[in-house]
Amino acid sequence: MNALSSIFGYLHGDDGWNILSGLANTIILWLVGSVLGAALGFFIAVARRYGPKPVDWLLKAHVEVIRGTPFLVQAYLLYFGGPYLCLALGDGSVCLTLEPFHAGLLGLTVYGSAYYSELFRAGFEAIPRGHIEAATTVGFTRWQTLRRIILPEMTMLVLPSMVNMTILLLKETAVLSIISVKELKFQVDIIGNRDYAFVESFTILALVYWALVEICGAVGRAAEARLSRYRFAHS
Amino acid sequence: MSIVSAIRVSGVVKRFGSTAVLTGIDLDVPRGAVTCLLGPSGSGKSTLLRCIAFLEEATDGIIEIDGEPLGFGLDPDGVRMRLPDASLRKVRSKIGMVFQQFNLWPHMTALGNVAEALVTVRGLGRVEASEKAMAQLEKVGLAQRATHYPSELSGGQQQRVAIARALALEPKIMLFDEPTSSLDPELTGEVLNVMRSLAETGMTMLVVTHEIGFAASVASKIVFLDHGKLLVEGAPAEVFGKPRHPRIDQFLDTYLDRGAAGLL
Repeated sequence: MNALSSIFGYLHGDDGWNILSGLANTIILWLVGSVLGAALGFFIAVARRYGPKPVDWLLKAHVEVIRGTPFLVQAYLLYFGGPYLCLALGDGSVCLTLEPFHAGLLGLTVYGSAYYSELFRAGFEAIPRGHIEAATTVGFTRWQTLRRIILPEMTMLVLPSMVNMTILLLKETAVLSIISVKELKFQVDIIGNRDYAFVESFTILALVYWALVEICGAVGRAAEARLSRYRFAHS
Repeated sequence: MSIVSAIRVSGVVKRFGSTAVLTGIDLDVPRGAVTCLLGPSGSGKSTLLRCIAFLEEATDGIIEIDGEPLGFGLDPDGVRMRLPDASLRKVRSKIGMVFQQFNLWPHMTALGNVAEALVTVRGLGRVEASEKAMAQLEKVGLAQRATHYPSELSGGQQQRVAIARALALEPKIMLFDEPTSSLDPELTGEVLNVMRSLAETGMTMLVVTHEIGFAASVASKIVFLDHGKLLVEGAPAEVFGKPRHPRIDQFLDTYLDRGAAGLL
């Protein structure tokens, strides 16, 4: 208990409040980023599968670039490079100048979307063709097949890797402290720097992230258990 | 005076790239009877069936269901042309299809699999669809398995659910693509029994099968394909009786070798 009391011994003033608000920001960035990232990833996967060839190439390039560069570098480029990205509009021009939080959320969403889209793409390909043909022969339209057959089957196929990816995204939120997003790592850093309590503050960080990951994992396992009876029938 | 065939296949050609799988098939499938498509692997019999289900688009030729062209028709100048989707859906709704791999949807119960299209495609309410689906499951002897998921059913039971799923939409014609080829002999029997009783109701059936015994006893017409061509067609007695086409002889030998002489 000595270590813990020494950790909390450093906290004073608004520290508790700042840590809580950092935690809240981390959770918001994580959940909203995951949901938007998964949604965008899904549209990327659908567009690549059903769209014209050039769209596929374009999105493939996007996925390759995002997967091929560190998130740290992407966050830097988006936040510090964004203001140089301008669109000439009539008299003036509009530049990609974002608040740190918005830049962080956008970066996380785009970063996540590349990975999620690959999960969905693999999920699409793992659905047996025959299941789709069966839907065709009973008169389903393409849209009905997507909604009633492909999406539910894909969900149970990709769920374990979705949970995994969502956990990875949580940990990537810590990177956003370098563009001064006031998330958990940013707030704990301030306290650690102020009091030279680096080990203590990073220990707290590790424990909090780990707790969040465990909660996410438990939710994922519960969802998988619910879906397990839908496992593929062997023929 | 000719009666319109249930299925009329005229000059159907199917190529995959430069490989010709069907090289000009003409075939009439009579109404209210069982027609069996036989032939060695790679003879094109499954491809022909899949063209008739419009899961494959024939490269050339016309397929008519009940006198109506399926997917492709002839324009006034006699040129083959693609028909609108609405027409395709209407003609296709006369056909039910059963697959070798059953292809039940794993996230739905047996009842859900049968009821799904009644709701999604026919627009019935959940309750009415369930009642109709239940009646179909009873016909294939699986009412007590209605709430089971495909993963909880044996292969034979899955295939019977798949038959019920196709029948629920009240098709005029049922296509079977090697319906027992992935089943062991015991489970094969239960599926063939369901198919026999379906045949007794006067359903028009076109069956791709390796079950020579079933073909000989239930079919009123046998069609033998070889290398993408229709080699022999006729009543079982004509096709299997002597004198036989040498190719059929050769084909049957492989069965007789396995002790199936008593079936013929």
